[in-house]
Amino acid sequence: MKHWINQHAQALRLVFGRMRHRLLATLVMWCVMGVTVCLPAILFVIVDNLNRLTGNISTEPQISVFMKLDAEPGSITRLQQWLTQQKDVARVTFISKDAAWKQLQQKTAGAINLDKNPLPDAFQVAPRNHDPAAIEALQSLIQKQPGVELAQMDATWIKRLYAILELSKKALLVLVGLLGFALLAIIGNTIRLQVVTQREEIEVSKLIGATNRFIRRPFLYAGIVYGLGGGIAALLLLAGVIQLFNYSIADIAALYASDFHLGMPEPFVCLAIILIPVALGWLGSYVAVGRSLAKLESSR
Amino acid sequence: MIKFDQVSKRYPGSEQILRNVSFSIEPGELVFVAGASGAGKSTLLKLIAATERPTSGTVLIGNQNVSKLRAAALPFLRRKFGLVFQDHKLLYDRNCFENVALPLYINGITGHEAGKRIRAALDKVGLLGKEKAMPITLSGGEQQRLAIARAVVSRPSILIADEPTGNLDEGYAEEIMGIFYAFQQVGVTVIVATHDQHEIANSGARVLRLEQGTLTA
Repeated sequence: MKHWINQHAQALRLVFGRMRHRLLATLVMWCVMGVTVCLPAILFVIVDNLNRLTGNISTEPQISVFMKLDAEPGSITRLQQWLTQQKDVARVTFISKDAAWKQLQQKTAGAINLDKNPLPDAFQVAPRNHDPAAIEALQSLIQKQPGVELAQMDATWIKRLYAILELSKKALLVLVGLLGFALLAIIGNTIRLQVVTQREEIEVSKLIGATNRFIRRPFLYAGIVYGLGGGIAALLLLAGVIQLFNYSIADIAALYASDFHLGMPEPFVCLAIILIPVALGWLGSYVAVGRSLAKLESSR
Repeated sequence: MIKFDQVSKRYPGSEQILRNVSFSIEPGELVFVAGASGAGKSTLLKLIAATERPTSGTVLIGNQNVSKLRAAALPFLRRKFGLVFQDHKLLYDRNCFENVALPLYINGITGHEAGKRIRAALDKVGLLGKEKAMPITLSGGEQQRLAIARAVVSRPSILIADEPTGNLDEGYAEEIMGIFYAFQQVGVTVIVATHDQHEIANSGARVLRLEQGTLTA
């Protein structure tokens, strides 16, 4: 056990020694990785915050049914009866033209001064089935009823927003995939170059009895340390970007009387921002060292 | 004990370098491997040190058959040997102390214990004052002695040196050979490849003479 700890401590010491030796190159590497990880993280923060913002909005779809202005009271009662009989309809609320007019005048504090009520009688219909196709079918059915001027789906805009958010989430996944691959390539290439520069040491070490594991170990730790530094750099960059944006966002949100602001992702997401590059660093250097060692072996 | 039985070695695309070589070396013996350049001395040493495997025949080190050993077990066999390479193979990006430290690190020995052993090894070859010097600043003879210090620091039971005095003046060469004799005195098996007849004549030790890959004496 002591021997095992000793070997790992020794490999880590070696890695830190080498990194101190090439401090600038190491810092640049961390920055490159930080930026690479930061890009999808920023997109994630945007999508995540929009999700939270829209989470407050009721997503229950409704169909607003406006009657013709000259519709007879009889056709209104018939439609109400017909609507309540439909098994696709969960709830029907009738809003008479007078009630709507009163409400409007209350809201606008009498600013609208008309001598005649321009509003039609209306129904709010809540469909039982929230599937867009089903709602649409119900809507067109209502539209065909006598006395109906317009049957309108209310939740369209929110559906569009959700569709855009869904799309952004997919884009985020693609971006994570692509940049993860880029990270693998960056780390793999760096480690490969390091193997080349350590070539003599590796050859001598193998001749005098070093195991492949011994030779691989410092490079794997180097990959992990690069990933760790990159992940931390990404978090710092992200915090900086969020801070910067919040100055402008606060101004805009104030105009909409909202206290909306961007927040840092949840702790487990922050942890992932650090751990994913660490894992990629390990994987990238594992592949790179394996290939380089095989090449050294065959060139001997 | 080292035992070769009908050992042949051929590299892909080359002529046969060793042909049916058989011999054995007892523990604590000092043996010269002699022969002209290209006679197969280096290849013979590589087969002993298990850095190459024979094309045919059996190489026994201790009681282990090198040809039948798994690749993963080879490093552990190699640690029994102290190797002095023809071209030193010193690492020029680090100082003398760190060069000698390499075999100990491979064996998982670090810290105080390692420092003690490294200084003892440097002392044995007369380089104790040059711990911090970079190998490139050393003379040819000093570099050779540094290579020996690295070979002996992990206290191997078998010391193998390929032309250790090849490029040295006579004075330096004698000094180096003196170091090898000293190790034999304390029970280490020493195997030295050389083309220097003078050296061999002086020693009175056993000689394995190679001619075009065949053992003649």
